Amino acid sequence: MTAINVYQQRPEGGKAESPLFHAGLADAAGKGKATAGIQLRERKLLGHLTIRGDGHDAAFAGAVHKATGLELPGALTLVSSGESSLQWMGPDEWLLVVPGGTEFEAEKKLREALDGQHIQVVNVSGGQTILELTGSKVRELLMKSTSYDVHPKNFPVGKAVGTVFAKSQLVIRHTAEDTWELLIRRSFSDYFWLWLQDASQEYGLAVKA
Amino acid sequence: MSQINRLSNGGRINRNQPLTFTFNGTTYQGFAGDTLAAALLANGVDIIGRSFKYSRPRGIVAAGAEEPNAVLQIGSREATQIPNVRATQQALYSGLVATSTNGWPSVNNDIMGILGKVGGDMMAPGFYYKTFMYPQSMWMTYEKYIRKAAGLGRAPKENDPDRYDHMNQHCDVLVVGGGAAGLAAALAAGRAGARVILADEQEEFGGQLLDSRESLDGRPAADWVAKAVAELKAMPEVLLLPRATVNGYHDHNFLTIHERRFDHLGEVAPMGEARQRMHRVRAKRVVLATGAHERPLVYGNNDVPGNMLAGAVSTYIRRYGVAPGKQLVLSTTNDFAYRVALDWLEAGLKVVAIADARGNPRGAWVEEARAKGIRLLTGSAVIETRGSKRVSAARIAAIDPVGHKVTSPGEWLECDTVATSGGYSPVVHLASHLGGKPTWREDLLAFVPGEGFQQRVCAGAVNGVFQLGDVLADGFEAGVKAAGEVGFAPVSGEVPSVAARSEDASIALFQVPHEKSTARGPKQFVDLQNDVTSAGIELATREGFESVEHVKRYTALGFGTDQGKLGNINGLAIAARSLGISITQMGTTMFRPNYTPVTFGSVAGRNCGALFDPVRYTALHAWHLAQGAEFEDVGQWKRPWYFPKNGEDLHAAVARECKAVRDSVGLLDASTLGKIDIQGPDAREFLNRVYTNAWTKLDVGKARYGLMCKEDGMVFDDGVTACLADNHFLMTTTTGGAARVMQWLEIYHQTEWPDLKVYFTSVTDHWATMTLSGPNSRKLLAEVTDIDLDRDGFPFMTWKEGLVGGVPARVFRISFTGELSYEINVQADYAMGVLEKIVAAGKAYNLTPYGTETMHVLRAEKGFIIVGQDTDGSVTPDDLNMGWCVGRTKPFSWIGWRGMNREDCVRENRKQLVGLKPVDPNVVLPEGAQLVFDTKQQIPMAMVGHVTSSYYSASLGYSFALAMVKGGLKRMGEKVFAPLADGRFVEAEICSSVFFDPKGEQQNV
Amino acid sequence: MLQIFCPHCGELRAEEEFHAAGQAHIPRPLDPNACTDQEWGDYLFFRDNPRGLHHELWIHAAGCRQYFNATRDTISYEIFETYKIGEKPSVTAKPKAAAPGEQA
Repeated sequence: MTAINVYQQRPEGGKAESPLFHAGLADAAGKGKATAGIQLRERKLLGHLTIRGDGHDAAFAGAVHKATGLELPGALTLVSSGESSLQWMGPDEWLLVVPGGTEFEAEKKLREALDGQHIQVVNVSGGQTILELTGSKVRELLMKSTSYDVHPKNFPVGKAVGTVFAKSQLVIRHTAEDTWELLIRRSFSDYFWLWLQDASQEYGLAVKA
Repeated sequence: MSQINRLSNGGRINRNQPLTFTFNGTTYQGFAGDTLAAALLANGVDIIGRSFKYSRPRGIVAAGAEEPNAVLQIGSREATQIPNVRATQQALYSGLVATSTNGWPSVNNDIMGILGKVGGDMMAPGFYYKTFMYPQSMWMTYEKYIRKAAGLGRAPKENDPDRYDHMNQHCDVLVVGGGAAGLAAALAAGRAGARVILADEQEEFGGQLLDSRESLDGRPAADWVAKAVAELKAMPEVLLLPRATVNGYHDHNFLTIHERRFDHLGEVAPMGEARQRMHRVRAKRVVLATGAHERPLVYGNNDVPGNMLAGAVSTYIRRYGVAPGKQLVLSTTNDFAYRVALDWLEAGLKVVAIADARGNPRGAWVEEARAKGIRLLTGSAVIETRGSKRVSAARIAAIDPVGHKVTSPGEWLECDTVATSGGYSPVVHLASHLGGKPTWREDLLAFVPGEGFQQRVCAGAVNGVFQLGDVLADGFEAGVKAAGEVGFAPVSGEVPSVAARSEDASIALFQVPHEKSTARGPKQFVDLQNDVTSAGIELATREGFESVEHVKRYTALGFGTDQGKLGNINGLAIAARSLGISITQMGTTMFRPNYTPVTFGSVAGRNCGALFDPVRYTALHAWHLAQGAEFEDVGQWKRPWYFPKNGEDLHAAVARECKAVRDSVGLLDASTLGKIDIQGPDAREFLNRVYTNAWTKLDVGKARYGLMCKEDGMVFDDGVTACLADNHFLMTTTTGGAARVMQWLEIYHQTEWPDLKVYFTSVTDHWATMTLSGPNSRKLLAEVTDIDLDRDGFPFMTWKEGLVGGVPARVFRISFTGELSYEINVQADYAMGVLEKIVAAGKAYNLTPYGTETMHVLRAEKGFIIVGQDTDGSVTPDDLNMGWCVGRTKPFSWIGWRGMNREDCVRENRKQLVGLKPVDPNVVLPEGAQLVFDTKQQIPMAMVGHVTSSYYSASLGYSFALAMVKGGLKRMGEKVFAPLADGRFVEAEICSSVFFDPKGEQQNV
Repeated sequence: MLQIFCPHCGELRAEEEFHAAGQAHIPRPLDPNACTDQEWGDYLFFRDNPRGLHHELWIHAAGCRQYFNATRDTISYEIFETYKIGEKPSVTAKPKAAAPGEQA
């Protein structure tokens, strides 16, 4: 009898639809004005793993580092390396994002490294997606949408916060000077997409493939 | 003749850009830079509306937010109507259409005016309450006419073509008011490096500096304004917001600013732009530089058009190049108001006389007026005016030094304009929004901001600092202080120099005396917008209303959109005098947001239409749309309600769907059910504590239904939880209860049982869930899966892992319909592909998609409850006849156990869940219907229960219901009656709540 | 709208990120079955409603999803401190002239 049920949930090949599949972003890509103040791209079908554990326990941090190559980040921060990133979500919760299809391997590595510790690793890849926003007007767009202060003094690159956005909630990640990411839940993705289109109208919106 | 009152030069208007507009159907012309009020005055429009209660003609009185009369309806078509716009705050644009809101049917000839002139006694304060409240049943009838006659503007009946939005701002220092003090404060804070927002309600920054007679650094004050604004604009961390009214000062330094971004350019904003924007500002410090409103004098017939605030007249002359008349009389208690006489004279017009309530004023401007030969009557005041549609004369008479008696008959002087000034009232509204009480300063004859729960600094006139040089210094110091308090090093002061100007003290004159008693003399208006007179206030105090809040409510003083800007101080001074108490003892009423009216559009922002509330979709939504589903809102989710075919209605579609499930196989999207992944060595123990039943012995591979109660023993959620591995469970919750249950688990884990080693993570969105239900579900599923579906190898209430449609899946053999069922869970990204394969294979089995309505019927036939429909927070598991789901011997006192053993929860005769079979098999009982045992009893009848779920069952061939009935489980076979609204009774028999397949053979095949 | 310092995130956040969860420091009786109906009723239903200092339970619902406690003045809405579950409040009497929105 195994303690935890772990298995490969992603099929090899087959039809995959990201949360914003129906928005037809692929068709819209490249058709917006090059001067648009907001450029949007869905970073779709990535591997998302929720990791729970005791952040104060050096063994936990060490094992996560060993398994992911990433230092366990402290409150409100995000570390990344290549295509992978690790984000603090709460005092006992982190989100590991890895290239799509590698999440099963990543989970096995984590479980191996964390063997014997009280932890949780959950594959949530199907439940969320990341919208990447770039452009000169992203800050204004965010100001229209969230009461959190997105001024660089308060929200430097490398910071990530869960907050209220429009009438729902999401996570904002500041990944590069002009690049921000919104981590959104699948079922809310149409609502956010509609909101972002509406709120960015005065700045212009272009979709990137 | 056009623009008869326009001066030949001067003003900050662009005479090369004429703009055409209409007011009450007449077309006029003004200039770019005008406010609507300035343009109306330029065109000699005297009557702007009719008063609220007495229907007296009224004209423009002020030049800013304090305007009480010129509150207009704007908009050329239905969809663009905006009520409650002050003409003094609306910039003129080409094509502007404005109408009076008071005046039925016409402002110039108003039948209500007759009532108004007949007058006071008939429409005394409290009139509405006294006359119209009784009999109460008539109020609705009266109200229709009163509202129409009062006509306080109306909302559009068509959709607003504009968009509105919100912007969240954060700053170190928010400066409210862009006059001398505000500009100086913003400069000081901005130079210190702080993040600054400067907001001003007017079209341009500068406030009174834009019409000042005084020079800064030897140059016109407006030049310094331009320089200061340019400097602020160049600072990257300074945000300038003109046309932006700070309307509310809320808790923890949260302020709302209502910015009118395009209202000055037309009635509709350019494509894609928000016409108005609500800034939601969190400011570390606030500098309130809100200035002061001039206090009008209260004398007989002071409401006739042509009676204006002195400062407003100056503003119209100097800022807009408009003199609102030809012959001026000024009545004042102070030096500052003398500027209007000097401005008027310089405009080439006649100043008939100045009445100064003081005995021997000798200030600089007083002497200048004397030197210019203006007739000056000291120790005097305008006692009353006459004129019907416009002032034609004013009577100036001598008054005693305390202003209580008229001491000479005086003389009537012909004039068309009476400018008055009774002093200056600091605009303490925002400073008082959190309940801070303003403080009366006898030396200033004014209330200044008192202590408040606000992190703010007050500067300039609002702080009781009035001389221009002092105002600038006070503002600069406030900016330094505010920025300093949040960590910015002070900058040295650089304030422009102002030539000193000698000024004598003003005196108090809150009500000008008259030979006759207040009640018998001509009407003296205190609050023009609400038609409150000094006689009315005295009446209120005589009738026993002594608290300022009571006087306000009895008379309507300071009500509505006015918020007491002009009338409050005079009004409460009159009440205080009438009661023989001091103004400090009297105090002020509570000031509340908003300072001026705010459009609903800017309150709503973009949270309207499709964005009114978040809508959640499942991964299969596009397929449901393609099948022509009708949707039902379940929480924020859109769930297929039913799938009509060939024009079917709900009942026909549901009957077909039910039959398909019972006869062959149906497909339900169950993705919305809450799903929580639970891991940890103490997961089982945790489940034991939060569910009513026992989990210790649930083997890996098995699933179990569970009930959750609150501590009071009442059911609050239910669902199936499966044991995935020894330390690993997957819990499902109701669709609507998902977030609630997640927080429920967390609060107990975090606050009560942190020692239990268990973690919870929501996976609701990760898994898409498709339910196949019906006798053919096994055969169908077998065609698309590699899982062995053998009846004994994969029995009821177990789960298996394998490929479905080529996608890794967890399949749960559980049932909510009473039929053989499989719930297929796959990662949501791959659900559509799986669905398509199932649907393709399902053609051979008449696979029928079904919605929530069919699901409800099928589960009700089985007597399965829906939490929230059959329960209401007052129902225990035993009440539901679900005692089998209660772990009475579990060692830990789990949540709900103690509660459901309270005396009241174990008493006899509680309402219990039973089935009802209407005697007429075609009658469907209304859900929510009350039940009685005896139809012959007197009304009100003893109600013994209610219907919770009710349907017609095509499979059973009769209607049926679930109901809560007192002692129902012991009343099997007895009759109950549901009284309907039309007087009929529906008779039904109490029966078991399980109507279909009571032995459960169908789901176990 | 209040501004609340989340002791886990270490920042002031807008009230809309939080939900209030009632009075703090009301532990579940260790042996509910030993409680009389009266005692159990007091635990379940009766809460203080002070004018002034109040210890409250909040959750940072949109942020780190952690429950924590706050000491708040119910008149001025001033929040004197927030502290983690399991910790004791340090403010039990109203301090003089602290500022709204500021952490003590």
